[in-house]
Amino acid sequence: MTRTLWDSSVGKKTVMAVSGLIMLGYLVVHMIGNLKIFFGPGEFNHYAHWLRVMGEPFLHYEWALWIVRVVLVVAVVAHATSAYQLSRRDIKARPSKYVHKKPRASYATRTMRWGGIILALFIVWHVLDLTTGTVHSGGFQSGHPYQNVVDTFSTWYGNVIYIVAMLALGLHVQHGFWSAAQTLGAGRASRDRVLKTIANVLALVLTVGFISVPVAVMTGVVS
Amino acid sequence: MTDYSHYETGAPVVDTKAPEGPVAERWDTRRFEAKLVNPANRRKHTVIVVGTGLAGGSAGATLAEQGYHVVQFCFQDSPRRAHSVAAQGGINAAKNYRNDGDSIHRLFYDTVKGGDFRARESNVHRLAQISVEIIDQCVAQGVPFAREYGGLLDNRSFGGVQVSRTFYARGQTGQQLLLGAYQALSRQIAAGNVELHARTEMLDLIIVDGKARGIVARDLVTGKIDTYFADAVVLASGGYGNVFYLSTNAMNSNATAIWRAHRRGAYFANPCFTQIHPTCIPRTGDHQSKLTLMSESLRNDGRIWVPKAKGDNRPANEIPEDERDYYLERIYPAFGNLVPRDIASRAAKNVCDEGRGVGPGGQGVYLDFAEAIQRMGRAKVEEKYGNLFDMYARITAENPYETPMRIYPAVHYTMGGLWVDYDLQTTIPGLFAIGEANFSDHGANRLGASALMQGLADGYFVLPSTINDYLARNPHHGEVDASHPAVEEAVAETEDRLNLLLAVDGDRTPDSFHREIGELMWEYCGMARTEEGLRKALDRIPQIREEFWRRIKVPGTGEEFNQSLEKANRIVDYLELAELMCLDALHRAESCGGHFREESQTPDGEAARRDEEFSYAAAWEFTATGDAPVLHKEDLVFEYVHPTQRSYA
Amino acid sequence: MKLTLRVWRQKNADAPGAMSTYQVDGISQDMSFLEMLDTLNEELILAGDDPVAFDHDCREGICGACSLVINGDAHGPERTTTCQLHMRSFQDGDTIDIEPWRASAFPVVKDLVVDRSAFDRIIQAGGYITAPTGTAPEAHATPVPKPDADFAFEHAECIGCGACVAACPNGSAMLFTSAKINHLGVLPQGAPERETRVLDMVGQMDSEGFGGCTLTGECATACPKGIPLPSISAMNKEWLRATRKVRR
Repeated sequence: MTRTLWDSSVGKKTVMAVSGLIMLGYLVVHMIGNLKIFFGPGEFNHYAHWLRVMGEPFLHYEWALWIVRVVLVVAVVAHATSAYQLSRRDIKARPSKYVHKKPRASYATRTMRWGGIILALFIVWHVLDLTTGTVHSGGFQSGHPYQNVVDTFSTWYGNVIYIVAMLALGLHVQHGFWSAAQTLGAGRASRDRVLKTIANVLALVLTVGFISVPVAVMTGVVS
Repeated sequence: MTDYSHYETGAPVVDTKAPEGPVAERWDTRRFEAKLVNPANRRKHTVIVVGTGLAGGSAGATLAEQGYHVVQFCFQDSPRRAHSVAAQGGINAAKNYRNDGDSIHRLFYDTVKGGDFRARESNVHRLAQISVEIIDQCVAQGVPFAREYGGLLDNRSFGGVQVSRTFYARGQTGQQLLLGAYQALSRQIAAGNVELHARTEMLDLIIVDGKARGIVARDLVTGKIDTYFADAVVLASGGYGNVFYLSTNAMNSNATAIWRAHRRGAYFANPCFTQIHPTCIPRTGDHQSKLTLMSESLRNDGRIWVPKAKGDNRPANEIPEDERDYYLERIYPAFGNLVPRDIASRAAKNVCDEGRGVGPGGQGVYLDFAEAIQRMGRAKVEEKYGNLFDMYARITAENPYETPMRIYPAVHYTMGGLWVDYDLQTTIPGLFAIGEANFSDHGANRLGASALMQGLADGYFVLPSTINDYLARNPHHGEVDASHPAVEEAVAETEDRLNLLLAVDGDRTPDSFHREIGELMWEYCGMARTEEGLRKALDRIPQIREEFWRRIKVPGTGEEFNQSLEKANRIVDYLELAELMCLDALHRAESCGGHFREESQTPDGEAARRDEEFSYAAAWEFTATGDAPVLHKEDLVFEYVHPTQRSYA
Repeated sequence: MKLTLRVWRQKNADAPGAMSTYQVDGISQDMSFLEMLDTLNEELILAGDDPVAFDHDCREGICGACSLVINGDAHGPERTTTCQLHMRSFQDGDTIDIEPWRASAFPVVKDLVVDRSAFDRIIQAGGYITAPTGTAPEAHATPVPKPDADFAFEHAECIGCGACVAACPNGSAMLFTSAKINHLGVLPQGAPERETRVLDMVGQMDSEGFGGCTLTGECATACPKGIPLPSISAMNKEWLRATRKVRR
């Protein structure tokens, strides 16, 4: 079955859909967690600490977090690999373009590939910035995420990168969620409006939720 | 060179294959008497099938299922596009699901009578018997026929028949049946039992030692002319209505396969029997390339009329009720707008000839739904006829809900074709003709929803049974290859003809000749024919032919994809076939079915058959281009359905 | 009407192609698009030029032969086949771009003619119900609920023209393939081969070099027969169901 999945364009698309939905679920949780920043450094840092002790005493310190990280890495790799392979197939299937060009499909649909690349680059930067602190502006302090976040969004480029990426995320989720539903066979005419509404709401909530943090830092609501 | 119309009458042609005995038992008897081929030996036999429509597609699939090696051809890019795809109305079968008194015998009776007593009883009865099996077969293949809420098949009545025996799939019955046959054929292609050559057109028949042994065909993409050999050849290449240029046939439907077979010795029967369909969309100008048919079902609720006054150019809606002539209701009060196709068509021609036609050129009559919309409401009309109204609106840019539609008759189907016996074998041993390509079942007029029935009966059931007998009796033919003199000759003839077409380099396009011969045929060999007109046409056709070979211009070469060359080559055959059609129409000095001779009508203008002289099928033998053919008569004997004059008044 | 046509001309599969410009005059609003091209071809032949090759046959919108991309739209601006498009959809003085279907699975044969035999091979891979002639049970033996019969018909309407592939930015044949899978899959007659059919047809579709589906919806917009986009989702569901059920 694994072979059948990976060898078929429909199967690969299923891998993309499932991995995409896993990441989407994570993002919803992540976004809600981010909003804790509005309740001050104490609560935010406490939440960040809890992420490491999640599952104790059954799980060892940080085990749960690592499980999440591994699942996410697998999802990202699967998502990106299948996206790359499917895109190559798609481009090969239409080698010569029409002379008479027309804008086609929605903006969200057309930007899935570039949006995906932007998001991939963003994830690298995001991890290096706020998880490892490698490219962090100012002094990265492990265990003080509140301060780290404020530092990042105190630079103009930190805000630009983040906001652009979150806008891309919104577009990506808007088409991606609906598309995943189709791929997994949940699409039908009677359900289309519901699916599209969910996709739009998810896209909007995630984008607004995530962007609210840098905006809050910029406007001094969070400092 | 003899005068073309001074033909001689040769020995009668006799169908030796239909068994004696009660008509209902003949098919069983024949199947029992026919020799069989051992299943293990079948793969050693190759059968060529030309055409992939309902008849060809179903025959190819079935022969392959039986174990024969089938080599199949279509000029289209895919077997799914054969023109059977365009049939709208439905397919008849004597299932009697409606419990309305239908039976095999009634379908047999209706078909013989509808054909105006010019078809062979044995064949028609077999067709009616097989009709029920066709429905079973198609349902098993997944053909999505219309169903009722209980999940069972729906039926409707069609073409003025008094029982509901027509099975349908909205207005796309032909398409759905064809896709069923195409899918069955596809399965055999995948299994390696059918070798399909798409975009390949048969240009000649190869006869070795008096038997059909193969064909010459041109690959339409590369232009390469190739030979293919087999133990038997089946022509399922459809009708020849395109000789009229404007018809409801597909643009590329043509007569070349059957005409080339005719030239090689197969008799051509009843070529003048052509069906004119009354409800087509009229032409809009000289640019018109084909005519579009609208289902006959429109006549169930639409009323046909023209203005009472000649040259009344007012828009339809401004002509008051008492200045309209609902001529079908006036002349045929009992049947009204539902008279058979040939009668409705001729009546339309008559009122237009009187100068009362409507629309551009006065070549049209109104088909008015105003009354139906008032009676049933627009929604109901839309539900019943919406797709047809949409099609009309798209083509004419007129709204049929507000202004009456304009219709005019157009050539639709050809009942004539290659003469075949009960086994569907032509006069050339090993050459079979099925579907519209043969002449067998519809006599002088085909009933609505019977073409699909005949094509599938021939292809699924008749031919696969009867061809066994021929193959069993002719087990080991001598080997044939490209070096055989008969083969070399056929190839050389084909190449010469194509080269000549390319070499003339004249100043007229193929289409201009096609249009010219078509207009001539429509004028003189169309809905109504006279001796004078037919003689005129017979004088004119050789002149056009001569001009054709002097002035035709075909660009490009023969070694490439060349649609002009394809067209021109088909016109060569139309220019000969047209002549035979006119001669047949001239010789048959009676009116019957689709063939109306003005000299032979009743005092009130109806077709008058002359059974004592013309109760036969006219099978013509080719001699040489422009030379008189030889007439062979097959006497028609009616033991069960006794000829009566049709009356719809 | 007077029009400027820019037409893709390509001598054969191996030759390079390019757009050529032609002027046509005296075009009637009532002409079909193909009759307009007939007019051009008549002029080209008399001028000693090679006429424009294009596929066409029934000219009543059902055979699926005609296949032109007109001003970037498969079958042109109206939702119909090219043969049913009429010149009244255009304005006097317009410039019209005419191109062939473009997809690597549909190589150009000449000018505007492409090779769509890949579609035939997809059907050959499983787009049928195995019911050899003579084996059929009585037609009323298996009733089919009307909604299922209607669903089957809606998908069986596909004419195999390839507009879905031409319109799809990925040259994907998902809509075509799904139409046949849904048509046969919903019928009781098609049930025994339901799983193998979808796996084999999708497999063939992939190996023909069609692209994948990114749900742009272009195919369903271009489809002259209105095969709906959710058809693809239904096929995906069938495919996933089949991968779980089939033992190979």
